[in-house]
Amino acid sequence: MPQGISLWRRLTNHGATAFAVSAAVLVLVPLLAIFVYLLIKGIGSVNIAFLTRTPQPPGEVGGGMANAIVGTGLILAIASVLGLPLGIGSGIYLAEYGRNRFGDLIRFTADVLNGVPSIVIGIAVYGLIVIRQKHFSAFSGGVALGIMMIPTVARATEEMLLMVPNVIREAAYGLGIPKWRTTLSVSLRTASAGVITGCMLAFARVAGETAPLLFTAFGNQFWNLKLNQPTAALSLQVYTYAISPYDDWHKQAWAGSLILIILIVGAVAAVRITTSRGMMKGAS
Amino acid sequence: MGVGIEVRGLNAWYGKNQSLNSIDMTVPANHVTAVIGPSGCGKSTYVRCLNRMHETIPEAHAEGSVKVGEMDVYGSATDPVEVRRRIGMVFQKPNPFPTMSIYGNVAAGLKLNGFRNRRQMDELVERSLKLAALWEEVKDDLHKKSGASLSGGQQQRLCIARSLAVEPEVLLMDEPASALDPISTSKIEELIFQLKQHYTVVIVTHNMQQAARVAEFTGFFLMGSLIEYDKTEKIFTTPADKRTEDYITGRFG
Repeated sequence: MPQGISLWRRLTNHGATAFAVSAAVLVLVPLLAIFVYLLIKGIGSVNIAFLTRTPQPPGEVGGGMANAIVGTGLILAIASVLGLPLGIGSGIYLAEYGRNRFGDLIRFTADVLNGVPSIVIGIAVYGLIVIRQKHFSAFSGGVALGIMMIPTVARATEEMLLMVPNVIREAAYGLGIPKWRTTLSVSLRTASAGVITGCMLAFARVAGETAPLLFTAFGNQFWNLKLNQPTAALSLQVYTYAISPYDDWHKQAWAGSLILIILIVGAVAAVRITTSRGMMKGAS
Repeated sequence: MGVGIEVRGLNAWYGKNQSLNSIDMTVPANHVTAVIGPSGCGKSTYVRCLNRMHETIPEAHAEGSVKVGEMDVYGSATDPVEVRRRIGMVFQKPNPFPTMSIYGNVAAGLKLNGFRNRRQMDELVERSLKLAALWEEVKDDLHKKSGASLSGGQQQRLCIARSLAVEPEVLLMDEPASALDPISTSKIEELIFQLKQHYTVVIVTHNMQQAARVAEFTGFFLMGSLIEYDKTEKIFTTPADKRTEDYITGRFG
């Protein structure tokens, strides 16, 4: 009965809807703008050589960032192997066992760590690992990024586990399932979609970090697959090329940025697709 | 086969608040025993003490003697996890595991306790779903549908099947039909009637008609004490205690 609804209510309804829609559009604008701009500036320099060759000496045209692409993958793999289990583990502790003073302390520490500038983490890892090993390395870069992942992953895991209704845990206890098994196979599984989102957020965030790698992975103009040697990374390469005086390097910096974004989006999408597919299958 | 339950001097606390005062009760094997009483009388706490679920709540604890068959539930050498494996529990609100399929829900208790024999598991799942009168409705969707996609009444029967799959000796039901519509409720009640051939059933209910329909024995709780415990017929026709009479005739309050 449209005549029953007053003009004022219809106006406020349309006004609120318009506001919500424009807010959503405004969020998308910077994201799309960045991507489109990178595409325009970078796509011209993305070619087979860029994806398969190592950098040319300064001033010479050509070459590519193949070693940096692989290096970024290597460093992120180390960071994930370190950061994800530790983050998820401490998140489990905080949610299932940490309703006490010690838990509060951990929670506070994680929040502080989350706020520590990334360059400070880089310097700390430099002091703790690089100086002792006496050389820059992929390993130390991975450690620096892994440390940055821990607080995000831990707090996301905790929040998601707390959202699992207690009746689900009780159902498991009632079946004679021990608490540790309940936590891993019932609670964590119920929360898995959210936990995975948290992990991907942390991953995407550190994937583009440059500052913590300056004193750790350091960068490398050549191939390196050894964990204890200086390693190239896309973010470092982009940084080096962008501040260089060479025109060709500037173009390659744009291309590197584009590849970095595509790799991050691709990784996140791949994880999303595989986990959402495995969800119900793994259930049976 | 079901086993009997012997409760002697059972006390329970939430923090410093005592919620059960020295309960004595003998529950016969292969019968349905109902626990009735007004809200907050301790009836849920009571059944949660029988399988040591009570102590999973922070700061809650219980003392006393509970014997289920030969098992000393509160014995110092008794593992509460083992107790819960042998005493199944069905809760007020249906609580299937949301990320698991129908099959996965029923098999959960077996799987997560390390049971590996796939063929035997299939048999147990089918038998449990048949016992819970759900098999015909779900047999084509066992792996396809999640437990959470079923209707409320089906979910509750799924939860019953899940409890039965680990082959308990006793089944505790904490207001199993209070969140369901009348048709689902009557299905659950029929089911309870069938289950007593194999299990000892203790059911908490705030619905007195339900107690009268399904239970041979009924205990009336009030303010944490067991006021009267007798044959259901006796409780509802000629109760010995004035307070029981007031409650069942609705003059309570």
